[in-house]
Amino acid sequence: MKHDITSIIKRYNDDPTRLMDILIDVQSALGYLSDSTIEQIAKILDVSRVDVVQTVSFYHFFARAPRGKYTVYLNDSVVAGFYGRENVKEAFDAAAGIKFGEVTADGLIGLFNTPCIGMNDQEPAAIINERIFTKLTPAKARILISGMKAGKSIDQLMQEVLESNAKPSLKNSMIENNIIKKGAVIFSDYIPGSALKKVLNLSSLEVINIMKNAALRGRGGAGFPTGMKWDVARKIHSRTKYIFCNADEGEPGTFKDRVILTAMPKLVFEGMALAAYAVGARDGIFYLRNEYRYMREYLEGVLKEMRADRLLGTAICGKKGFDFDVRIQFGAGAYVCGEESALIESAEGKRGEPRDRPPFPVEKGYLQKPTVVNNVETFGSVVRIIQNGAAWYNGMGTEHSKGTKVLSISGDCANPGIYEVEWGFSVNDILKMAGAEDVQAVQIGGPSGSCIAPNEFGRILAYEDLATGGSLIIIGKNRDLLKDVVLNFQRFFADESCGSCVPCRALTVVCVKLMERVIEGKAAKTDLDDMISWAEIMKKNRCGLGQTAMNPVISTIKKFRELYDKKITAKDERFNPGFDLKSAVSDYDAIVGEK
Amino acid sequence: MGTFVKFYIDGKECIARHGTQLVKAACENNIYIPTLCNYPGIPPKGACRICAVIVNDKAVTACTTKVSESIVVHNNTPELEKFRKSVVEMLLSEGNHFCPSCEKSGTCELQALAYRYRVTVSGFPYMFPFREIEAWHPKLMKDHNRCIQCKRCIRGIKNDQRKSIFAFGKRGTHVEINIDHDASEGISDELAQRSMDICPVGAILRKRKGFDVPIGRRKYDNKPIGSDL
Repeated sequence: MKHDITSIIKRYNDDPTRLMDILIDVQSALGYLSDSTIEQIAKILDVSRVDVVQTVSFYHFFARAPRGKYTVYLNDSVVAGFYGRENVKEAFDAAAGIKFGEVTADGLIGLFNTPCIGMNDQEPAAIINERIFTKLTPAKARILISGMKAGKSIDQLMQEVLESNAKPSLKNSMIENNIIKKGAVIFSDYIPGSALKKVLNLSSLEVINIMKNAALRGRGGAGFPTGMKWDVARKIHSRTKYIFCNADEGEPGTFKDRVILTAMPKLVFEGMALAAYAVGARDGIFYLRNEYRYMREYLEGVLKEMRADRLLGTAICGKKGFDFDVRIQFGAGAYVCGEESALIESAEGKRGEPRDRPPFPVEKGYLQKPTVVNNVETFGSVVRIIQNGAAWYNGMGTEHSKGTKVLSISGDCANPGIYEVEWGFSVNDILKMAGAEDVQAVQIGGPSGSCIAPNEFGRILAYEDLATGGSLIIIGKNRDLLKDVVLNFQRFFADESCGSCVPCRALTVVCVKLMERVIEGKAAKTDLDDMISWAEIMKKNRCGLGQTAMNPVISTIKKFRELYDKKITAKDERFNPGFDLKSAVSDYDAIVGEK
Repeated sequence: MGTFVKFYIDGKECIARHGTQLVKAACENNIYIPTLCNYPGIPPKGACRICAVIVNDKAVTACTTKVSESIVVHNNTPELEKFRKSVVEMLLSEGNHFCPSCEKSGTCELQALAYRYRVTVSGFPYMFPFREIEAWHPKLMKDHNRCIQCKRCIRGIKNDQRKSIFAFGKRGTHVEINIDHDASEGISDELAQRSMDICPVGAILRKRKGFDVPIGRRKYDNKPIGSDL
């Protein structure tokens, strides 16, 4: 066992900044990270044991105790709930004879909850031993558990629950791509390498100017101009620079990066190589969320092919001095790592806590070197812009939002899946396209975005109106918006706060408590006023995720006030229905023997 | 050393060397910006957010901001003071802070700030979390009830081999400071004392030594926090 750990760490040259890879590999080999394992890792890396613990305990896929030979992580996103997750959960519970959060006494099966795994268009879904099981039903849950008890392999288990009409996007997988609308930028015909060959005759500045003329903005949600970011990195004099692809698609309801990576992986890697050419970088890191670990072999294979075709590696396309390669860095389960500086911290083997800025990553990023971080879709767009020109790209979209946007549409609609549309599309048009009727609300841009009511469905998707990273969750009239949606989102933020900034750490938890009170009909009007006033406090958190972590409650109090008012039963504003006198004095009552 | 630059805090003209931390530069100009997670001589972290100021119309933390020519800083505004009071209240709500039984009472920065902002009761619901007291270490006690997760100990204390003695564990509301068994073994009395002193509250205490300053002569008994610039 000790030998295993030593040889794994040797693979990473005893480098503590590769702690994430080390922990992932050690956990794969040993099943979990025991105290003595952690001790050994710390010793070999020559760091304190607590320095290893700080990383291990931050990520929810790292296990400090055994989680079963078969480990089920059942998604608990809002849309999973819409599609019958509770029944599936109960079936797993009953068949395995344990509750979620537990492992069977024989150590065979562990059942756990996990936040959105990027399968919103095929829920309920679960990760079992790094493989994804989609469209689960209580019957399938029972089949899976009895298969586990019979010692069947993951492939066998998957065959047993695979529907005959399924069209998996990858070998040995149940996952479907569901690309419903193809657009001109991401999902159109593509010959790998054509953009790379085209830039060989251009200077790095010319490439950047094309990006600036195309007015390409980052597709992760913040919308920072890509050309400007690259230009800063290009101008900094440094022998080492890094290109990062942010594939830590963690915003609940988003799954478009998963589909882009499955259908068009070379497009994304080629975009990274173009960025490397423009800024003068040799090393690329592709940060992929752990939920998508099933893609590892597939993507490694794609990278190998590209190296063989000289689209990656040394002397790309035969051009001497144009060297660039990509390695895949896995996360281990933490939403906040989608924030670019947290992502870099994580890639350095640390807790995924966002950094103070300035300095920005583009000045001092990974290992303190200039680092360009762009989203999967941004890199894909870059290739097309080089191929077809800035003017072509510029001709699509609105005045301030050029090109197309890939949307992940899920929830109460007939056709959940992937839609690539030009910016400027209205919400109404989207609902029509997706086959959604009787819509109560649409959550735009995931929980950190905003929840809009029908009177706003005429609004358009664009940076100047409804900016979005691409997640649209359609909420039907039959749903309990506060309980099924808002409470779920607020619990998600409380679980995913990194815990560094006081307002985010404290108020996300308080907010969950108050929402529970609202739903139970025990809240006072002053509770709502309090939560609205806290929006200002949250704005002073360090990162964008902390700043938006109360958006679910704030945006719904503003737009669906009547739902909240219905829950406020106390006539007198000064009366606090949340105070339960009986439970408050229960200790005393027990001592003095009163009931 | 940078050259001297002129800048403004609440309309007052100030002078400091270019690149000075804003908290320190303000102090040099006799202006107090409240801090908690900041500690002179260790890298700032911007974790508690209490030093939030507005610099050139943007909200930033003064501990992570460096002075440059002609920046316009808003510090003592009703909105910022209200926010700062909220930070103190949030910290009081999320932990278990019972001043009368705490050895750091009178020298505690959180308590001193609570007095400064006249906090009588927190405006946020009290969480009363269940937290442990760690007493295994021969020289140190760690009372997690009082910890405000400012990371001053993590950033400021290393052992002779420059290894971490303290580090964060878990995340979100569950974050806690862990003490390393091996790295803290055999630490000197001086380092144990420094660990206690670097803690703004009573979360890190030295064993077998305490209450040695009588009430009335403790740090903030007579001079409120922020008055000793």
